[in-house]
Amino acid sequence: MSSEKKPYQKVAYYPGCALEGTGHAYNRSTKEVGKALGLELDEVNNWNCCGAMEVKNIDPKIQTYLSSRVMSIAANEMGHDVVMAPCNGCYHNLKKAEYDLKNDADSRQVVDRISSKAGHKTYEAGQVETIHALDWIKDGIGEEALRARIKNSLKGLKVANYYGCMYTRPRHIFPEKDQGEGSESTSQPHFMDDLLAAAGAENVDFPLKTACCGGAHTLSDSDTSTLLVLNILRAAEAAGADVIATECPTCHSGLEMHQVRAESKFGYTSNVKITYFTQLLGMALGLSAKKVGMHENISDSMALLKQKGIA
Amino acid sequence: MKSLDEIGAVLQQSGDSGSPAAVAADYLQAGEDTVSHWTIGRGFDPTDETREGFRLLALHRQGAKGEPSFNACRETCRELVYHYNLVTMEPDNPDIARRLEMMRLVAMHLYLFIRGKMEVSGLGEFCCASRPLRTGTEQ
Repeated sequence: MSSEKKPYQKVAYYPGCALEGTGHAYNRSTKEVGKALGLELDEVNNWNCCGAMEVKNIDPKIQTYLSSRVMSIAANEMGHDVVMAPCNGCYHNLKKAEYDLKNDADSRQVVDRISSKAGHKTYEAGQVETIHALDWIKDGIGEEALRARIKNSLKGLKVANYYGCMYTRPRHIFPEKDQGEGSESTSQPHFMDDLLAAAGAENVDFPLKTACCGGAHTLSDSDTSTLLVLNILRAAEAAGADVIATECPTCHSGLEMHQVRAESKFGYTSNVKITYFTQLLGMALGLSAKKVGMHENISDSMALLKQKGIA
Repeated sequence: MKSLDEIGAVLQQSGDSGSPAAVAADYLQAGEDTVSHWTIGRGFDPTDETREGFRLLALHRQGAKGEPSFNACRETCRELVYHYNLVTMEPDNPDIARRLEMMRLVAMHLYLFIRGKMEVSGLGEFCCASRPLRTGTEQ
């Protein structure tokens, strides 16, 4: 960890809408992993939707405002200088809002006007640093300290780490990435690989780790979404993976639902399991499967985890 | 240049016939043809230039001009090139069948992504997350 990095021992937590719905297991496992690692999460008071994706398509500046409100509450009402968002969509949107407010006077004007009407302080660029759950654990704990706390190694578990498309794109809203040793890469992200390797897992070479999961197609063209997911599942299996680890609730839901649909629509059965990386880390830290919400996944990995001696 | 349906048919085949180099060349060509359809759809003549020795990378760059959302398949193009190199530089590697299969799946992903993007473009925006970045509606 570089000396400029913050320790992230106590951060504002912005779960976002998905983690209260389909991504509940991600919410649960993130909180449990935080507790197990001694990292404190302080949930943002009265948080709102980040504006993804619907609002952004109607008026992107309203999305900038919505994301800025979350950061304003964290900074101005709760005194935080770091906001952790585990959802790729929320993370991306807060980063984008930060970029807009730093670089676009019109965005600042709109955000100031709406913030005044809403009765809260206008968020100023630079008041908080937005991080992902991967940054939180990677920089808040680090691999060495994580390795020392592992009670139940993931040894023998072959993992394809799937980051999705929004964690690294577009590059310009993630100025901290691609900064050399210790920083995340936008072309070959590795933070999830690093953490799961520290927990004992064997990461496989997975060429589609940042490829589109077809999430945007889900409603307009479900077959294309299913085929894209099917291809990801097949690639993970061809790479020898037992499990695809995810770090985004939308990708995770898409992989799970289209895995089921791939079987019913195209007759393709895949055996690879899908879990959140926080669920795997939690179990490696000695938490029970129930505590990390394994029973909430559609993709049932319990038999596999028992076979590997993890559950 | 093959039609999108013909490209799909090539990529449905497992690639267990022919030399590894020839199969890899077919998959790379499928990638080039797929991206060429995208560039033609956007009103450009597909470039014959190369970047880092590969036409596919030059085509991707051309396809992303003024269309930042197309960068969502940049790494897929680079993975395809990587697998082409992997297969052609070590055609006798004992893992060659798996490498070819992985290359096929990477090419298939590029094909599905671009075909879907082209199909949906008539109905609105494909990648809603990046729409404002692409269209400049923030300005």
